[in-house]
Amino acid sequence: MGILEVKNVGKRFGGLQALSEVNLSVKENTVHAIIGPNGAGKSTLLNCLVGKLIPDTGSVMFDGNSVLGRSPHEINQLGISRVFQTPEIFGDLTVLENVSIACFAKRDGAYSLNAFGAVNKENDIREAAEHILDDVNMLEKSGMQASSLSRGDKRRLEMAMCLSQKPRLLLLDEPTAGMARADTNNTIDLLKTIRDRRNITMCIIEHDMHVVFSLAERITVLAQGTPLVEETPDNIKGHPKVREAYLGEAQV
Amino acid sequence: MDQIILQILNGLDKGSAYALIALGLTLIFGTLGVVNFAHGALFMLGAFCTVTLSRILGLSKEVIDETRTDFLGNPLKVDVPYIYDWFGESAGAAIIDWAVPLSILFSIPIMIAIGVAMERGLIKHFYKRPHADQILVTFGLAIVLQEIIKYYFGANQIPAPAPDAFIGSFDFGAAIGMDPGAIIYPYWRIVYFFFAMILIAAVFAFLQFTTFGMVVRAGMADRETVGLLGINIDRRFTIMFGIAAAVAGLAGVMYTPIVSPNYHMGMDFLVISFVVVVVGGMGSLPGAVLAGFVLGILESFASMREVIEFLPGINQVVIYLAAIIILLTRPRGLLGRKGVMED
Amino acid sequence: MLGLEKKDFNLLLIVAALVVLAPVLLNPFPEGSAMAQFNAGYPDLMQRFVIFGIFAIGFNILFGLTGYLSFGHAAFLGVGSYAGMWMLKLLSINVIPAIIFSMLIAGLVSLAIGYISLRRSGIYFSILTLAFAQMAFSLAASVLTPITGGETGLQTNLNDPRILPGFLGGGSSADGNIPKPSLFGIEMTATYEISVGNWLWTLNWGYAICAVVMLIAFYISIRIFRSPFGLMLRAIKSNQHRLSYTGLNTRPYMLACFVISGMYAGLAGGLMAAMDPQVGAERMQWTASGEVVLMTILGGVGTLIGPVLGAGLIKYFENIFSKINKATLEMWFSFAPDWLEGILVSIVYPFIGKGWHLTLGLMFMAVIIFLPGGLVEGGKRIGDWVRGKRGKAANDGAEVKTPAE
Repeated sequence: MGILEVKNVGKRFGGLQALSEVNLSVKENTVHAIIGPNGAGKSTLLNCLVGKLIPDTGSVMFDGNSVLGRSPHEINQLGISRVFQTPEIFGDLTVLENVSIACFAKRDGAYSLNAFGAVNKENDIREAAEHILDDVNMLEKSGMQASSLSRGDKRRLEMAMCLSQKPRLLLLDEPTAGMARADTNNTIDLLKTIRDRRNITMCIIEHDMHVVFSLAERITVLAQGTPLVEETPDNIKGHPKVREAYLGEAQV
Repeated sequence: MDQIILQILNGLDKGSAYALIALGLTLIFGTLGVVNFAHGALFMLGAFCTVTLSRILGLSKEVIDETRTDFLGNPLKVDVPYIYDWFGESAGAAIIDWAVPLSILFSIPIMIAIGVAMERGLIKHFYKRPHADQILVTFGLAIVLQEIIKYYFGANQIPAPAPDAFIGSFDFGAAIGMDPGAIIYPYWRIVYFFFAMILIAAVFAFLQFTTFGMVVRAGMADRETVGLLGINIDRRFTIMFGIAAAVAGLAGVMYTPIVSPNYHMGMDFLVISFVVVVVGGMGSLPGAVLAGFVLGILESFASMREVIEFLPGINQVVIYLAAIIILLTRPRGLLGRKGVMED
Repeated sequence: MLGLEKKDFNLLLIVAALVVLAPVLLNPFPEGSAMAQFNAGYPDLMQRFVIFGIFAIGFNILFGLTGYLSFGHAAFLGVGSYAGMWMLKLLSINVIPAIIFSMLIAGLVSLAIGYISLRRSGIYFSILTLAFAQMAFSLAASVLTPITGGETGLQTNLNDPRILPGFLGGGSSADGNIPKPSLFGIEMTATYEISVGNWLWTLNWGYAICAVVMLIAFYISIRIFRSPFGLMLRAIKSNQHRLSYTGLNTRPYMLACFVISGMYAGLAGGLMAAMDPQVGAERMQWTASGEVVLMTILGGVGTLIGPVLGAGLIKYFENIFSKINKATLEMWFSFAPDWLEGILVSIVYPFIGKGWHLTLGLMFMAVIIFLPGGLVEGGKRIGDWVRGKRGKAANDGAEVKTPAE
């Protein structure tokens, strides 16, 4: 029994069957990659997991709780955090404030209308936030306005926000898209460190096979809205069905 | 039965005004993506075009009328408009009488010029700014326009009567075989309704059947792609702003016999027209027209005596109530498209 | 100090000093001088400065922090005024129950309106609040006449019940006149005049009470800005999606913020009723909502002190600028030759007196176009510029070793 169990999930947009009969089981404390050609339904699947979309059929269970019908913040409070394809951060706030918000959400739950506290007196929040920023090598940038960061830094900030919540499942939507090689390698190293601590489950959507094969322990290949194979990285390489999905039937 | 027909008729002229203003607002919103709080002021400026024209036509010189005397026995001094000298007395009088319809011709170039100047001078700097800034700057502009008009024309209402031929009412009841006098409807309101229909049809035809309109519609759907095709969409959008201003202005011109112009009439209409646009669906032209008429008719039904007795005050709030209900149940309005103004 | 950072505490001190010294600062011109009409230190106007300051501070908590532009805030001001008036009529002429109830009732109304309006955001939210406010205005002017006094408005009367015991301000007045709102016997209109040389300063109880309330309101708004709650509100403005995906439910935050903001407006309305016990429906009209938007933007949206400055400036313009007439202008320009005087007067005349709204509109547009941060940003830019010049001058003198920051 995995921590995330997706059963028979289907989603239709008008005439397009984006997902059909998707079954997926992600084991606790593993890194699970979902790959597939463009339009395979990877992002749709991810959106169904975080409550942005509601699937037409099937069920999504996270650690014994159904995810379906819950709003995004409830799903997050269950322990699922998501890193978006284009970094979603609080551009008007400082880097430290960005991470502090995530720490507040972890500590106080979905809301706490503490209008008379003072942010700068919440020492435990600041310490936790600075600790995470140190982990992602952004401590010296903690006073900067988030919108003035480079793209790579924005993504690291978003990852820091997600990590500071100590999620049980971290969903990463193309965490290295549009990154320079050096930045990509930094990100891989960061994710490896997190993986090796063995207290987090990660689910990665990625196009860059270098990233996938450096990190993943299980790989699911999605094509035309349905999972084709689920295998270990070694068995995926050269798998005929995968080649077929990526290169088309003519090549087989 | 006669009551219902009467209320529908009553709703039509108000609905026509709502629809025309909302149509212009939607044109601006759909093409330029700008929320224009100064649109009511354009309606008001149109009405004051009529006032200006009738003042120009009425410019007079003082002439001593030898044939008549005043009560002291002196020869009577009368004001004779210059226009009598040029066209003769009867033709001159007819021109003055027809000042309101004539203002249509007078106001179109003025309103287009005002619209284009507004777009080039102010609005174009706000395309990239948040909607809140657009609302605020056009709100400021509305105050300025309104105060300028107040400075020159004063704060009082200035009557601008319809031509004599249209004064009086049409016995609608008798015409459809009911009791005479059951449904009486002023001629000018009929004129206003048909005028509005023609104007709306003209705008739709322009957008539907001309190349210019086709490009504008394409631009409304996807501005960037049209820009990439090498078409200068900005210039066309500027012209559309001018057209939208002219539509608002014409709505104001023809409304003057129904409500005498005053400097704050624009603001009064603006609030309701925004409600109309939102009810119709942001960015949907047919939605704006439909919602204008629906809300106009709804409002006149709510002012029926039987309804007010049952629900006191409903006539004052029915439009807002309808808007609240529609916004909560159909967030995109009656005919709104997906993805417009959604976050 | 008071749980504030040093910088914020200093700001509070500055505002307190301004408010305390206002009767002196606002009367810079000696009595009887030609400029005396620009003195703003009379009780009625000073009360309005601080009351609208409170209104704008509250509006800024909503618009400045969350970016939700309400176009119907005057409704809460009006509701507060009516509630306050009824307390003055029913309970006692003492202003304290009036002020408290005006806040409570405005809070309840804003809870109901906020609960519905906050289902939408952006322009839809603005239109919903506008629709609610217009409904409130229309109803107050027509059907609700038994409660609101309709078009004539609501006043205190001689034979109002005032059920509380006499020492709390209940009962009828001793002298047979309509009692004036008071605080344990001190009437709001009670005024002392101090004259120093030709200068005349007016101290007024009503202003003193409004000023104290305003300082408390300002203090609370600083605390809200610096609290975790305030941080979440700013996060809503910045990226509402991210906040949901970070596990925070934005609805309670928005609703609490809307209600707090509505209570500030109600408080302002209650104080208005307490200072001048008559209320009309026009106080709820959407132009009044527009006015508080203008104040906040003009001063500096999202800043602490901006709304207070904006409110003061607009009320000053409204009352002082609008009093200048043609004769004053002619006197000002009398130094010039007649023909020039005529031209100058006719150029300036449209912008003053009854035309002050024109000046206001132009000023407002200029701020939105050139200075979106309002007067506060303007002050900052001037400060930076001066500092930059001074820094440059200092650098020019010495050897420049490090590049400027």
